[in-house]
Amino acid sequence: MSVFENAYGQYEGRLTPEWSRFLVIPRYNLREVFRSKLFTALFCLCFIYPLVAAILIYLHHNANAIALLRINVRELLPINASFFQYFVELQGWLAFFLTVLAGPPLVSRDLANNALPLYLYRPFSRAEYVLGKLSVIVVLLSLITWVPGLLLFALQAYLEGAGWLWSNLWMSGAIFIGSITWIVLLALLALAVSAWVKWRVVASGTLLGMFLIPSVFGAIVNNLFLTRMGHLISLGDLIKNIWRGLFGHFVREADRYRTDSIRGRGFVDVVLLEPPLWACWLMIALVCAACLWLLARKIRAYEVVK
Amino acid sequence: MNPIIELDGLSVTFGKRAILKNLNGAVKGRAVGLLGPNGAGKTTLIHTLLGFHRPRAGTARIFGQDIAMNAKSLRAAVGYMPERDSFIAKMSCVHFVRLMAELSGLPSEAALERAHEALFYVGLGEARYRSVDTYSLGMKQLAKLAQAIVHGPRLIVLDEPTNGLDPPTRQRMLKLIREIRDSGRAHILLSSHLLRDVEECCDEILVLKDGRIAANCNLDDERKANRKFIELETRGGERAAFAEAIGRLGCEYALAGERRIKLVMQDGIEISDLYRLAFERQIQIRRLNYKRDSLEDIFLKAMEGEETEAARGGNGNVRL
Repeated sequence: MSVFENAYGQYEGRLTPEWSRFLVIPRYNLREVFRSKLFTALFCLCFIYPLVAAILIYLHHNANAIALLRINVRELLPINASFFQYFVELQGWLAFFLTVLAGPPLVSRDLANNALPLYLYRPFSRAEYVLGKLSVIVVLLSLITWVPGLLLFALQAYLEGAGWLWSNLWMSGAIFIGSITWIVLLALLALAVSAWVKWRVVASGTLLGMFLIPSVFGAIVNNLFLTRMGHLISLGDLIKNIWRGLFGHFVREADRYRTDSIRGRGFVDVVLLEPPLWACWLMIALVCAACLWLLARKIRAYEVVK
Repeated sequence: MNPIIELDGLSVTFGKRAILKNLNGAVKGRAVGLLGPNGAGKTTLIHTLLGFHRPRAGTARIFGQDIAMNAKSLRAAVGYMPERDSFIAKMSCVHFVRLMAELSGLPSEAALERAHEALFYVGLGEARYRSVDTYSLGMKQLAKLAQAIVHGPRLIVLDEPTNGLDPPTRQRMLKLIREIRDSGRAHILLSSHLLRDVEECCDEILVLKDGRIAANCNLDDERKANRKFIELETRGGERAAFAEAIGRLGCEYALAGERRIKLVMQDGIEISDLYRLAFERQIQIRRLNYKRDSLEDIFLKAMEGEETEAARGGNGNVRL
C-alpha cells in the first residue's frame, strides 16, 4: 500500500480487468443522478404503466377476475403487437423526459471543472469515457423501456402458453430493438449537448428544442408542400415510423384526399407518403454519427484554443 | 541509473505552429525540475508524455517504454497533478479520489482504502467527506496531489503544484514532494516557474525555452563544478600581503571590506595551500565560504546560453 504509516509506496495488489473499467463511471454517476428528488419521482412514475400493463395481462388470463368485472377484457384490450407498441411508445416518451433531467450534467460538469485530464491520463481512453457516460443513460432508460417490456412479454407468454410465444417471438425483438434504438439516440444526443453546452438549464432546453423545433419545421414543410417528407427532420416522427415498422404497422400512405384547384387542374387526388423506413433508419444513423463526431471534437484531455 | 524520460527528436506542432522542436536528451534524477519561461513548452511536453498530444516527429520513452507504443501500460505507472483546478463537482473528496483510483484499475475496496490513506497523507483526512467544490485553493491542490498518488505511480508529474498557495500550504506541499522523492518509490517531474520550489525539491533540471532544451543538468554536479569562487574572512596579520601571495599562486583575488578576500581558485590549487599561506603570514582564517551557483544563476545562464547558441545557429540543446 502506498501510504502506509504515512509513507509513500506503490500499489502492488490486484487490478481490475481493463474492459470493465468504463463501468466505474455509471456506478458513480447513477448515485449522483438519484440525488435529484425530481428525477427520482419521475423515475418511479415511469413504472406505473408497466404495472398497469402487467395487471391487464393478468386480467386477461384470470377467469374469476373476468367474471367479477363482467367485461370482456380480451375483446376490449387485446394483447397483441399494438399493445406492446403502445407500451414502447409511452415508455419511450417518458424516457425522453428522464434524459432531459439526467443527461445535461453528465459531461458538462466534467468539462466545467477540467476533470477530463484526470480521467484521460489514466489507462482509460476517450472511447471508454464516452461509453461509461452513455451507459448511465442506457442503464436508466433500459430499466423503464425494454426490460419491463420484455418482462411483460414473458408474463404474457407464460400465461398464454408456448404456442403464443413461438408465433409472437418477433415482438420481443421489436420491443428490444425499438427501445434500444431510441435509448442510444437519446443518450448520444444528451451527451453531445452536455459536451457543448455547459449550463444545465440551457442544455436541457437545447435537448427539448432538438425535438420540438425540427418537428414544428417538419410540420410546416409537410403542410406547405403537401408531403410527409418533413418527418425526416423530426426525430419524434422518425422514431415513431421505426416503431411502427418494427411492430408491423407501418404504412407509407399516410393520407389520401381530394383537393380542388391545384394550378387550375380541377379536383386532384393527393396521396401523402411517409418517408420510407430505410430513410428513417438512415436519418437516425446520421444523427447518431453527428453526435459521435461532436463528442470526439469535445472530449479531449486539453482544451483546443484557436 | 536508467533514464526516467528519454526524448528522441521529439517535435510537437499545433496547426502550423511548432511548440516543441526536436528535443533530445534524457533525465535520470529522482526529482526533475522542468523550468522555462511562459510559453516555453513545459505543459505541452508534459501533455505529450501523458499521451494527450501526438508528436509530429520523434518520440519519447518513459522507463524505457515508448509513449506511443505502450501508452496504456505507461499511464498506469504515471500520476498527474494538472496546473488548473481539476475535480469532479458535487462529489466528496474521498469519493473523488476513490473514483480516480478505480479508473486506474484498483478494485473498489482497495481504492477506498487507499483514498482514505492518500487523503490522510496529504493532510486532508479531516476534510475528506466534504465536497471538493467547497475546498479552498490550497485544499484543492492537495486533493489533486492525493488523486495523483492514490494508485501508487512510479512517476508523478506535478504541474505548478504550489500555484496560488499561501506560505504554510506551500511548505506543506514541498515537504510532501520531498518525502515522496526521498521514499525512493517514485520519480517526480516538477514543472514550475518558481525556481525556489524546484531548488528545494529537485536534483536535476530540464530548462526549456521556445520549445527547445536550453539546459539539462544535475543540480549537485553543477554546484560542485562551480566550487571555484571562495570568500575568506581573516583576522590579524598582513591581509594585503596574504592576498598578494594568493595572487602569486595564480588565483584572481579582490579585497572586500576590512577582513574579507574574494578569490577564484585555479586548477591544481587546493584549500590546504591557502591555509599554508595564511599560517606563514600569521593570519587566521575565520571563515571560508564556497560561493555556490544558485538555481537562478544556472537558469539565467541557460537562458543566455540558449540565446548565444541560437545566434550561432545551433539546435539549442545545451549542456551546462
